Amino acid sequence: MSHHIVAVKHLQHVYADGTVALQDVNFTIHHGESVAIIGANGAGKSTLLLHLNGYLIPTAGEIRIGDFPLTKKTLPEIRRTVGMVFQDPDDQLFMPTVFDDVAFGPFNLGLPVDEVKQRVRDVLEQVGAAHLQEKPPYHLSGGEKKRVAIATVLSMSPDILVMDEPTSGLDPFARRQLIGLLKDFQHTRIFTSHDLDMVLELCQRTIILHQGVVKADGPTREIFGNEALLAECRLEKPLSMQGCPVCGKGK
Amino acid sequence: MHMADALLSPAVGATMWGVAAGTIAYSSMKVKKDLDERKIPLMGVLGAFIFAAQMINFTIPATGSSGHLGGGLLLAILLGPYAAFLTIASVLVVQSLFFADGGILALGCNIFNLGFFPAFIAYPFIYRKIVGREPSKARLTAAAIIAAVVGLQLGAFSVVLETVASGISSLPFSTFVALMQPIHLAIGIVEGVVTAAVVSFVAVARPEIIRGATESVSLGSLPLRNVFLSFLVATLLTGGVVSWFASENPDGLEWAIAKVTGSEEVTGTEDGVHSMLAGLQEKLAFLPDYSFKENAAPAEEGVAYAGEAKADETARLGTSVAGGVGALLTLVLAFFIGFILKRRQQAA
Amino acid sequence: MRSIDGAVLDLKRLDLLATGDSSIHRLDARAKVLTTFVFIVSVVSFNRYEFTALFPFFIYPVVIASLANLPGGYIIRKISMVIPFAFVVGMLNPLFDRALFFHLGPFAVTGGWISCASIIIRTVLTVGAAVILVAVTGFLSVCQALERLGTPRTFTVQLLFLYRYIFVLTEEGARASRARELRSCGRKGLGLASFGSLIGHLLIRTWLRAERIHMAMLARGFTGEFHSRQVSGFGWRELFYVAGWSALFVALRLENGAQWLGGLVTGLLS
Repeated sequence: MSHHIVAVKHLQHVYADGTVALQDVNFTIHHGESVAIIGANGAGKSTLLLHLNGYLIPTAGEIRIGDFPLTKKTLPEIRRTVGMVFQDPDDQLFMPTVFDDVAFGPFNLGLPVDEVKQRVRDVLEQVGAAHLQEKPPYHLSGGEKKRVAIATVLSMSPDILVMDEPTSGLDPFARRQLIGLLKDFQHTRIFTSHDLDMVLELCQRTIILHQGVVKADGPTREIFGNEALLAECRLEKPLSMQGCPVCGKGK
Repeated sequence: MHMADALLSPAVGATMWGVAAGTIAYSSMKVKKDLDERKIPLMGVLGAFIFAAQMINFTIPATGSSGHLGGGLLLAILLGPYAAFLTIASVLVVQSLFFADGGILALGCNIFNLGFFPAFIAYPFIYRKIVGREPSKARLTAAAIIAAVVGLQLGAFSVVLETVASGISSLPFSTFVALMQPIHLAIGIVEGVVTAAVVSFVAVARPEIIRGATESVSLGSLPLRNVFLSFLVATLLTGGVVSWFASENPDGLEWAIAKVTGSEEVTGTEDGVHSMLAGLQEKLAFLPDYSFKENAAPAEEGVAYAGEAKADETARLGTSVAGGVGALLTLVLAFFIGFILKRRQQAA
Repeated sequence: MRSIDGAVLDLKRLDLLATGDSSIHRLDARAKVLTTFVFIVSVVSFNRYEFTALFPFFIYPVVIASLANLPGGYIIRKISMVIPFAFVVGMLNPLFDRALFFHLGPFAVTGGWISCASIIIRTVLTVGAAVILVAVTGFLSVCQALERLGTPRTFTVQLLFLYRYIFVLTEEGARASRARELRSCGRKGLGLASFGSLIGHLLIRTWLRAERIHMAMLARGFTGEFHSRQVSGFGWRELFYVAGWSALFVALRLENGAQWLGGLVTGLLS
């Protein structure tokens, strides 16, 4: 199936001030895969993500989402297909109520009011936030905001879900709730994260970005077992793989 | 600097509401046509920024007193005239609804006084002209100071005009002007310096922000003629409506003067300041002469007048007593009704 | 100058009050906005020496606050905060208006004092009406009402965006201000240079946030138009509400209710 494939070929991005954020990035992600993109700060993760829905334009190279190459014409369709959730939910929840935020996307797609209302209800139910429908965003807790932010994207029925640091800033309970939610999704999932334990739980495949290139791309377990590689990329093993802190077993 | 509901007559208030609403409508249309849709979140967020920034105080050098940022000029520099006007207006709406800064009827006046002058006069005609392209810090500061001062002076003068035209405050025009203008000159200088400080900081740390803001503001679409025309219309409207009203409301001061000079009750203890101001006001009088209240006719026969005055006084006292009793009663009644209603609510 | 934290708490409190449920809360926002407007215009239209005639107007805020179950103490406290300012506004009147009205014992009550008192009462009434409007309507509904009454959408969108981000920005501002305070070792006051950089930093962060919000808007297909769902309608209840209160206000404006009642009572007693 060629649909919902994310294909990135020789992607390069140079910022206006001359910084080379991405040098030569290559990978292909297939339908239904759950992939994590990890790396040190400044490795280019956020820049890469912003290319996936066309917010940034490559200086060189090509991106294909499904059957569509990323061009100005195909942008609306690509933005429907790729749902992006940003790191700070306050940037994403800009409407007066949760309903308005979740309905924002569907309305922009031109759907009729009744269908929009139904979609909002369904999606809020899915993320466990149905009771928050009429609340304004500044009355929500951090975990609630994150879930509603996901809902705002889900309501557009994307095929690919991209999330930038999904668990950052969440308390353990909210984090556990979120991981549980993400486990159930059938979409193609692409995450960036520093939370390597979450990556271990949710993603079968991991891509390491280091200084603008793909340093490693393979099964998560394998990559996390390679300590030298991790160290070179300013990373560590996830805590759950680091052995018992009490008796030292497994170190 | 904010105009208050209590000092405003409905005529002046309504006129200024009309002017403000019209300017908001026009600016909304202009902003909508603007192809740069980044302005939409920017206006909202910068408005919130100004709101927050106004609550952070700084000490004014050499005086030790604290001041805060007004923000009108800063917004105009970052957003351009139309978007800045809408942003200032929106901040004032929130402040008036939630913090009673000025009141709802006075909102029209405040939006005009605090929004129109920085956005449509001070910024395009003064700041932009002086600042040019890639200015030095000194030039930027000078431009900001002059623009801020002019904007605030015009705004302060509007407050005076609106207050005097409303006729509720007894403060005479001359005194008011003498009070407002110098104070706002000082405030303007501080505002200019602070605005320049912020802009310079950002210009150094993130020059693309200032550059982007300057480039996105197309002043070619702001015809000088239109600005002056709308200003003229506003002034004429206010003057016309106000003078119609003014002819029916006696000016307290003149009436008081007539009483004082005609009556024997107050024997020649006119305050030096009082009479001087009275004289000044007559000389500077530019508003149409009010007609006097009927029972305030300047008297020639002191004795008869004194008698009249006394009768007047007792009559007024009488009604006032009834009024006072009634006032207290209505207050008690009102709260009693409220209490009963609340009990019924809780029982229901 | 109010503190940042205090101001935000206040906003949040008023906002929460608006989510209450009562017959008043359930009314269409336009009715409440219009009635408040008529109220304010009536109060403000009195000439400067009217004092007692203003008192009957208290019936409106008191009744609405009671029917809507608003916390009396909080409302009264909020309104009374404005009284010192009203006094400042009015206190020059007694200086310039020396017309003698009557003697109250040894005290000579001049026109100036009466107009000053009038100003204070007016302020209490108009501010009370505004506070109560927000407490029973909520800012979102007020903006929707304004839009249906003719306000351009660009402006109402701006109002809603502003309101939504006030909570975020004031928190950021408070954090920055607090951080600076903790490093100033007791020395009070922020110099101009530090103020410029503090506010400058806040401005830069705000600008970047705006870019991210724009990103999020584009990511969800934004093309420049904001859509809204339908809201409640203006029915007989609302008509009755507006017409009833407006009639009362006009009546109280034309006839001094307090005088009438007082005259009645003093007439009965004498």
